Amino acid sequence: MNSEAPEMTLAAVRVPVWRAMAAIIRRDLRASLRQRQDLLNPLLFFFMVVTLFPLGVSPEVSFLQQAGTGILWVAALLSTLLSLDHLFRHDFDDGTLEQMMLQPQPLFLLVLAKSLAHWLLTGLPLVMLAPVLGIMLHLDGNSIGILCLTLLIGTPVLSLIGAIGAALTLGLRAGGVLLSLLIIPLYIPVLIFGTGTVAAASNGAPVGGYLALMMAFLVLAVTLAPFASAAALKISLSNS
Amino acid sequence: MSEPMLKAVNLQCERGDRILFQGLDVSIVPGTVTRVEGPNGAGKTTLLRILAGLNDSYSGEVLWCGEPRAWHREAFHRNLLYIGHRPGIKPLLTPLENLRSLTSVRRPLSDESLCQALDGTGLHGYHHAQCRSLSAGQQRRVALARLLVSDEPLWILDEAFTALDYHGVAGLEQLLSDHAASGGAVVITTHHDLDLPGMHRLRLGAGEASHEL
Repeated sequence: MNSEAPEMTLAAVRVPVWRAMAAIIRRDLRASLRQRQDLLNPLLFFFMVVTLFPLGVSPEVSFLQQAGTGILWVAALLSTLLSLDHLFRHDFDDGTLEQMMLQPQPLFLLVLAKSLAHWLLTGLPLVMLAPVLGIMLHLDGNSIGILCLTLLIGTPVLSLIGAIGAALTLGLRAGGVLLSLLIIPLYIPVLIFGTGTVAAASNGAPVGGYLALMMAFLVLAVTLAPFASAAALKISLSNS
Repeated sequence: MSEPMLKAVNLQCERGDRILFQGLDVSIVPGTVTRVEGPNGAGKTTLLRILAGLNDSYSGEVLWCGEPRAWHREAFHRNLLYIGHRPGIKPLLTPLENLRSLTSVRRPLSDESLCQALDGTGLHGYHHAQCRSLSAGQQRRVALARLLVSDEPLWILDEAFTALDYHGVAGLEQLLSDHAASGGAVVITTHHDLDLPGMHRLRLGAGEASHEL
């Protein structure tokens, strides 16, 4: 080694956090659009679960009209669950997750970006497919409109809460079942108010209160869930 | 000798009921290359992950520029470039997209300089092929292209020589020496026979460690 050690220069550039978040969303969207099968699977699952009910229970219009909202909400919930395992798994396997943990920006905001990308890739397509399935289940136009609105508010909550479970079960070999067991209880309030809103609307009751509560869920999930997911990721990676 | 940029004091780490190392002191000084050595299972990767801040299950203290690292999380991460076993390359993206997404969150660079870095690692003509179609050595080169455009002074590289061919190894050795000469520091594990002039060696094994200079 030289007797006079050279001076160390510290990295000076500071990248704003929104830019780092945008980079994560862009990367996830790009990678997923190249692997379309992964995108299509939750949608097909959603479609198939919904078609099971007319086939298995009853194709009568009165039954479907009554149960339709519940069926659609439960199916959306299950297909979100199905896609959650992939949320961090691929990044974990190829090492991108480690690199994300080492980014200078706050980790919870990066996790928020990951959850948002997950919603854009699974939640949003579900919301767009829901009206078609609603017509199939003989729901009336007003109910379909409210249903889509509740799904639009509710599915991001599902992605955000699901990210906590996905992060916690990341290090486990068979995390899929455990993930469902952990997360389903947390989904129940969203399910109750999601279907409750549509039921109120079809009875002619005001839905403002219900929607406000759903928005409150969303606000809570956006502000709190990323902290929990970030902490869970740190634990999972620390033990890997 | 200048101040250590990264210093670990009295590190102890257990895996299961086995002590990997205890009472371990590590100083990473600017201008040096430190090679962590030891047999398989001695805890080389664990030590590197602890130094990089990825593993929290240790006791002891890690200091960044003389102060506890936890106080300076952002500054520490801005100045650290870590390439692990799993190099952080997405198989569905092209080398250029991978390199861009890894560097843009630290220091945005023009596509031109990113392409130059890829060419510099011998990936000329592969910029727009998906990484899953590349060989293991080529994927490793994509990750190592980050070193060519790095402004981070501290490099922590786990098994960086894996899957590299003869020319790749020579190029990387040169890169490590140049980085140390310009005031950076490198911590590296490798099973490759690496011997740079003035290299520090840190030997792990059998539950105890000695720091030979």
